[in-house]
Amino acid sequence: MEESRVLEMRGIYKEFPGVKALQNVDFSLNKGEIHALMGENGAGKSTLIKVLTGVYSKDAGTITLEGKGEVHIHSPQDAQNCGISTVYQEITLCPNLTVAENMFIGRGKGTFTNWKEMNREAEALLKKLDIPAKATQQLANCSIAVQQMVAIARAVDMDCKVLILDEPTSSLDEQEVEKLFGLMRDLKAMGVGIIFVTHFLDQVYEVCDKITVLRDGQLVGEYEIKDLPRVQLVAKMLGKEMDDLSDIKGENGSYEGTDQQEKIFEAEGLQSNAGIKPFDFFIKKGEVNGFTGLLGSGRSECVRAIFGADKVLKGKVKMHGKEVKITKPIEAMKHGIAYLPEDRKIDGIVGDLSVKDNIILALQVLNGFFKPFSKAQANAFAEEYIKKLNIKTASAETPIKSLSGGNQQKVILARWLLMHPEYLILDEPTRGIDVGTKVDIQKLVLELAKEGMSVTFISSETDEMLRTCSRLIVMRDRKVVGELSGDDLTQNKIMSTIAGESSV
Amino acid sequence: MKKQNEKTSIFNRLSDTNLLLTITIVIFFLMYLGAIIFQGGGFTKPQMLFNILNSNAALIITSCGLSIVMITGGIDISVGGVVALVSMCCAVYLDYHDGSILGSILIALGIGLLYGLVQGFLVAVLDIQPFIVSLAGMFFARGMTTIVNTAPFNVEDPEFTALKDTRIIIPGMGSYTRKGIYVPAYVEIGVIVALIIVILLFMVLRFTKLGRSFYAVGGNKQSALMLGINVRRTKFLSHLICSVLAGIAGYVYFLHVGSGSASHAMGMEMNAIASSIIGGTMLTGGVGNIIGTLFGVMSLCTIQAIVSSAGLDDAWWTGITIAAMLCIFLLIQSVVMAQKKKK
Amino acid sequence: MKNQNILKRLVSNQLFIPLIALILLAVINLVNDPGFFKITLGTNNAGNPVLSGYLITILDYGSELGILAIGMTLVTAASGGQDISVGATIAIAGSAMLRVLCGGNSRPETIQAPIIVAFLVACVVGMLCGAFNGILVAVFKIQPMIATLILFTAGRSIAAWINNNELPIVPDPKFSYFGGFIPGIPIPTTVFIVIGCIIIIALVLKFTNLGLYTQAVGINESSARLNGINPTAIKVLSFVILGLCVAVAALIKVSRLSTINYSVVAKDIEMDAILAVALGGNALSGGKFNMWASILGAYVIQFLTTTLYKFNVQSDALAAYKAVVVILLVVFSAPTVREYFRNMVKKLAPARKEAA
Repeated sequence: MEESRVLEMRGIYKEFPGVKALQNVDFSLNKGEIHALMGENGAGKSTLIKVLTGVYSKDAGTITLEGKGEVHIHSPQDAQNCGISTVYQEITLCPNLTVAENMFIGRGKGTFTNWKEMNREAEALLKKLDIPAKATQQLANCSIAVQQMVAIARAVDMDCKVLILDEPTSSLDEQEVEKLFGLMRDLKAMGVGIIFVTHFLDQVYEVCDKITVLRDGQLVGEYEIKDLPRVQLVAKMLGKEMDDLSDIKGENGSYEGTDQQEKIFEAEGLQSNAGIKPFDFFIKKGEVNGFTGLLGSGRSECVRAIFGADKVLKGKVKMHGKEVKITKPIEAMKHGIAYLPEDRKIDGIVGDLSVKDNIILALQVLNGFFKPFSKAQANAFAEEYIKKLNIKTASAETPIKSLSGGNQQKVILARWLLMHPEYLILDEPTRGIDVGTKVDIQKLVLELAKEGMSVTFISSETDEMLRTCSRLIVMRDRKVVGELSGDDLTQNKIMSTIAGESSV
Repeated sequence: MKKQNEKTSIFNRLSDTNLLLTITIVIFFLMYLGAIIFQGGGFTKPQMLFNILNSNAALIITSCGLSIVMITGGIDISVGGVVALVSMCCAVYLDYHDGSILGSILIALGIGLLYGLVQGFLVAVLDIQPFIVSLAGMFFARGMTTIVNTAPFNVEDPEFTALKDTRIIIPGMGSYTRKGIYVPAYVEIGVIVALIIVILLFMVLRFTKLGRSFYAVGGNKQSALMLGINVRRTKFLSHLICSVLAGIAGYVYFLHVGSGSASHAMGMEMNAIASSIIGGTMLTGGVGNIIGTLFGVMSLCTIQAIVSSAGLDDAWWTGITIAAMLCIFLLIQSVVMAQKKKK
Repeated sequence: MKNQNILKRLVSNQLFIPLIALILLAVINLVNDPGFFKITLGTNNAGNPVLSGYLITILDYGSELGILAIGMTLVTAASGGQDISVGATIAIAGSAMLRVLCGGNSRPETIQAPIIVAFLVACVVGMLCGAFNGILVAVFKIQPMIATLILFTAGRSIAAWINNNELPIVPDPKFSYFGGFIPGIPIPTTVFIVIGCIIIIALVLKFTNLGLYTQAVGINESSARLNGINPTAIKVLSFVILGLCVAVAALIKVSRLSTINYSVVAKDIEMDAILAVALGGNALSGGKFNMWASILGAYVIQFLTTTLYKFNVQSDALAAYKAVVVILLVVFSAPTVREYFRNMVKKLAPARKEAA
């Protein structure tokens, strides 16, 4: 058993300001094994991978490789030299170079590039892996899926002992995924150890031999695939704590105003330039509904279109039954729509500004350029919501970037709640934050709904959606494919709707 | 079947770099053609072209260096200052210190090397914005030039004047020049140096791993790192090459004008940036070509020649025309790339 | 313990660096020439009472820079880049002003239009130049320094073209008041102009959201947009405000000589303005800013210039010294260098504890 180990990670620690990303995590990989690394968003999968590939330096722990003993990996180059290749979810190739170059750059010795030989080798490899691209084509001219496959081809060709696939399938279609799995099995037969990170349970049970589960930066355990049925895997990923809130919906009750049938917001044939098909949508007063679907199915793009965050191409939008024009975020805000974006770092926080400024920002903009709040007013707003949402910060003047992820998210939430919106859109509000805050946010959503606010809730975790939403819009391939409510709101039903009739 | 494959691949090869390169070359020929039609006379003689080359050899060299930095995603606006500093130092060394030609060449290379090391270090290792670094570099060089010697003066060292006046006759052009013109066509030494550098850099960019990593780093720094390229080293080398070339360009400039002056090469950095951009180098990095840069310089200088032969007040109008051309090409790039992204 | 806190707060204050630089320069000058700080009341050629002395010179000649620092700070904060065309646009605005005042005649007997009209024309021209830069930056997404390179090259040529490359002289002595002295008042008029500008920008920052919007756009453009701010408009606005500052600076510059020299007017001032912003502790990559630190920074630069002159440095060579200052400033504010120092302090700290 011991001889077949290719990789052994022991006691890995990694801390970011405010977040303990990895705590005492062990991981081991055998020769010719496909090993799934599972966990929720923010469980520490990506951090572990980045520690292994030298993108982050670890705070403590050891990494041992077969035949090399303990290794110190300080850069992706070190990792490559140790025989560790990685294919990331986001394409890490250079779009301005050719396909062949992307496969061979940064490798091997020598000063010169032999274009003829490189193109020939690349062409051979592309043919072998059945990738529909020309070696001499500029990478930017290829589809995302093909780009992903080129990245895999590069990794495969590098004579690696450890191949890391970090959510490589999220942009591939079924056939391409099958092709990839075929490739993975071939490599497995050749004795390569593969670490496979994915969100798709089906895929795990289709190709993997072992599963390691992480949760909140800690190791839950390592299991043989046959010893761990799906239900248990999900339980391990989510953790026991989740049981406590399985029924928060029942506890709270729902909005019971006389106007609960009124449609607050209605869209007809709405389409943005983000590549989604036109869709219809409505939400009633005090309702919590959600968009569900796999990553990249277009759920975020839909709510962005509602808020005017992407360029709206066509479609009719009504508020309270009256037709209105929403093409820019400010117009949506004026109509009482608030939107908490998916990516907190990129679209949410204004890092260097204080917690106070971040809280008042949206209301301030709504208030107008020439009417700034007085200092006392702004402070009062900030203090109110810091207390209300239990935001842990040294003071209201602390820059938001020095807060932990969960508290940053609460600040952004405070920003929109301060606006007292009629309709609140929450896109992945619980991504990458600790369990306690997740529960807080879910409870808050239900409380708000009870008070009459309409909420659209999006989450990658179906459980979370089931706990909060009374109606789910299901998306596949950037298209609305179904709507579930009442008794249909079960994990199985969602799965089968996402998969489509053919696979039921 | 195979032939068809090749055809599509050639079409696909019309990548960002080649697309912009094609635009540049077409515009250059259109412009030169326009000059021949509307200005006639001078522009039909090959010597006109050679004169443009003679007086702009230094610009070609600096532009090439700058292109490399820009392809890597950086910028260097100190090159004009370095050219002035080099010509002043060499002039002082030759005339006041009775130096040798070899010594003056070493001074030029030394200044370039020193500039490259310092700027490369600041940009690549300390991660300071290249614009700020080279802006300071530009002012430093200009200031130093006056500190070295305030008044402009001509170099009278006989060895140097001999070298300066060396003309290389182009025999191949004899057949062209026979049409009425009996003076043989010639170029100066600087042009030969410039052309050698153009060919050399073209080879480096196309056929060496270093050259390709310039493109990779400019295309996507993060990806380049993931692909195992030493991004810092690549950035450092791009600045080093650029500054050393600026040193060489300084000497070529010096060889052409034969004097030292604090006002030499004023605005050359500007012309070099404009040439690179007109030549199809993207400001955002990752796209560009040395041949394009050569054509960029030629386009720019042809415009200048047209402006001056049209009898417009030279000094004022060239500034405006160059700025206008730069503006147009920047807008073309901006629009072309926005279109591409949409696709 | 409390002392330490005060010290810490003082050091972390943005005004700390420019103040220290100011004190350092003052001490150097005091040692070199104790008479440096002497201010005397004399009379000028016209027989008016005027204050003179090095300090007055600094206050007077630092005016243009102080005004430009206001606009440059906003541009830096919003766009994360700097406008290097300010010197050239001062030439354009100044030239337009002269054209209006002299009516295209190079030696007019009287001014052809009221000064206020000429100034307003200059303001419009300055704002147009700013808008041109701003649109290239905000709409076409060209890096600020490259976009402004266009006017940097063409500006002085355009200025010359406006007046057919002639150098008209303004005949009205009143026009020279703006860059000199108003009869009866011994303090340079420029000082009042700067104070006026500072009051205006202070009021603007207090009674509008310019500060918050600019910082939000500079720190996280995408987030600002999703909060209803129009980043394009804010960026263009910052450039337009800088254009206004340029017009005021042009008024002072032209008034000082009653004429203009296209190729040398406000030469290298862009460098000083950028330096002022950096010296004020504002990140050149944009985001949070402190207006007052920038303005103080501008006067520190002028102090430095005057000091260098005092040490007999030629005006053309000044740039070399300032370049060294810029490099030192950016090196010490670079994140990598700060990190390095922080680590060194960390390493040293335990050693100190052991020693204690």
